[in-house]
Amino acid sequence: MNSKKAIVTIFCGLFAGIICTNSWAEQLSADQIIQKTNHTALYQGIDSKGKVKMVITDKQGRIREREFNMLRKDEGDEDRDQKYYVYFQKPADVRKMVFMVHKHAAMERDDDRWLYMPSLDLVKRIAAGDKRTSFVGSDFLYEDISGRSPAEDTHELIETTERFYVIKNVPRNSAGLEFEYYIAHIDKITFMPIIIEFFKSGDKLSRVIETLNQQDIQAQENGTLVVYPTVTLSVARDIETGSSTEMRFSDIHYNLGLDDKLFTERYLRRPPRHAMR
Amino acid sequence: MTKKRLFILQIFMSVLCCSLLFVIQAHGTDESDGTLLDLFGPVEVNGFLEFRAGCRTQDDPYEKDISLAEARLQMELFTYTDWVELKYKGDVWADGVTEQGEYDTREAWFFLRPTEVVDIKVGRQVLTWGTGDLVFLNDMFPKDWQSYFIGRDKQYLKAPSDSAKISYFTDLLSLDVVYTPQFDHDRFITGEYISYWNKSGAELAGQNEIILYDAPDRWFQDDELALRLYRDINNYELALYTYLGFWKRPAGQTASGIAIFPKLNVYGASARGNIGPGIGNIELAYYQSVEDKDGVDPLIDNSEMRYLVGYTQDLAKDFNASLQYYIEQLLDYSEYKASSTGESIRDRNRHVITLQLTKLLLNQNLELALSTYYSPSDQDTYLRPHMLYKYSDKTTLETGANIFFGENPQTFFAQFENNTNIYLAVRYSF
Repeated sequence: MNSKKAIVTIFCGLFAGIICTNSWAEQLSADQIIQKTNHTALYQGIDSKGKVKMVITDKQGRIREREFNMLRKDEGDEDRDQKYYVYFQKPADVRKMVFMVHKHAAMERDDDRWLYMPSLDLVKRIAAGDKRTSFVGSDFLYEDISGRSPAEDTHELIETTERFYVIKNVPRNSAGLEFEYYIAHIDKITFMPIIIEFFKSGDKLSRVIETLNQQDIQAQENGTLVVYPTVTLSVARDIETGSSTEMRFSDIHYNLGLDDKLFTERYLRRPPRHAMR
Repeated sequence: MTKKRLFILQIFMSVLCCSLLFVIQAHGTDESDGTLLDLFGPVEVNGFLEFRAGCRTQDDPYEKDISLAEARLQMELFTYTDWVELKYKGDVWADGVTEQGEYDTREAWFFLRPTEVVDIKVGRQVLTWGTGDLVFLNDMFPKDWQSYFIGRDKQYLKAPSDSAKISYFTDLLSLDVVYTPQFDHDRFITGEYISYWNKSGAELAGQNEIILYDAPDRWFQDDELALRLYRDINNYELALYTYLGFWKRPAGQTASGIAIFPKLNVYGASARGNIGPGIGNIELAYYQSVEDKDGVDPLIDNSEMRYLVGYTQDLAKDFNASLQYYIEQLLDYSEYKASSTGESIRDRNRHVITLQLTKLLLNQNLELALSTYYSPSDQDTYLRPHMLYKYSDKTTLETGANIFFGENPQTFFAQFENNTNIYLAVRYSF
């Protein structure tokens, strides 16, 4: 084989590969897209850490702020159970409180939740409750933070634009839900949900979550350098109340090797330095 | 040590603590200085200023109409180095009931993690364990029922301990050991803020008859030891407890009528975890009245068994309910009856049902809560409605009431009937 022929062969091969990848991507089912999105939004790396700042602006323009540090660790690599540790810094009435969740992906098992109140040295166990209640009084719900299980909805790819997969998600069981369906615009390259619109009956838009900024965060994964696309600014708007919440992430790190023990009563009562700084 | 000397010592310790932390902070900002103090992180300074006032809704012949009137400043300082964390938290307030300036060190401790498996916290600290929701069986750390009943913030229900807490963690079991070298009793009802049923006089009493008591106070002799051995199994929290110390509020009297704190050992166990849509808890404790094991001494309280079972669940969005059933069972009851001379003989069992309801409204900025304690055996009730509005991130407004009523003034809640009060508060945090 002469060198010219070799180059042509390589080129052809590359082309074929690209075409294959492209056509394969085009053929992703709605379920597969949602699986990948779920992974990108919640399960990148085995663990992560970040600072979160929320600014809640109500209809009258009154502003309230929340600041907390968050640690997260996955159990295994199948995008299932996770542990969360949230250390509050602002406002004053929740300062130094710790909220811990052991999230269980199985639909039949409720999450385990704890709250530590330092002024009483009290470890309180919190009933799992309704996941669609506001997280710390913001326009984000618990489920927006810890993720809604893909298994709870049916997914339909309704449109593919230049940039997005547009997927309609309808709950399998609508009992107790404040919405009828939601439409997610998912970045075709990063699989990041960029716009999520929640609709009530009569196609009435009730709430929107929008990713306004993403950043590629470098991390080590099994000894090699990888990049995780990560949301650094998102906004949730409640169309009905006129309230909105801006959520900024900073100081984000992945694959720190967080110990499982961080998510136990010991560290609930006395937070690790990781969490406080 | 007299109360006055203790007060002066507290002030001194706090001033020392504050100045140390301020010196650290001052040095921390001076980059050219290479002293030991540079090891410390920045000092976090926080606190609040609060005005709180309350009054009785009826006449109490033994107390003032004002149940609560205070302007309070709480300061909190925190810093750390690579190996130690330091915290100070103290309150000063002008008290309209005692008509004095008051001071209390809430916390002044250092914390170390010397090895992977040991935590140590030494100094004045607030300590809590056990599974009860505002009911305490194996938690023998001091309470301040007085503050709770007059409507101070809930954090004041727990009084601080001067203790060393050493915790040892393994995968199998974890152990907490709390050693308190000098007995810390509850801040119990003395008649100063709240009128009460005076057993020896068989009448209601208050500021006319402040309880005289003699608390054990010899360092390293009148000490307390509290242990908790615990582990999680699949997020079900199991624990065993032991306490060696004294009854935390007077449980006896001398022949001359001085209230005393006889020796007490407590052994107990608890479990807590998810059951159905909520959280269930169960706890029991054996109170062994060491100085009257057979229950024959009429001047010292008998041993008791205490049982608690509870369940908490969200009933709707931002609406939580917690229901508990609690029993105090007097042991050696026939001996108790035989040796009791007065006419006020209690039942063998005291049953109490508690129900706490909490509802959040207005984006969780308004909290409505109602705590109910009802005793079917004593036929008395304590209601505690409470409303808190977060006007902004820094300012909160609060109002509430403490309502006591019952059939017989000798029972626990009914004795406080004349203390039924309402209160208001505004707090600015910084």
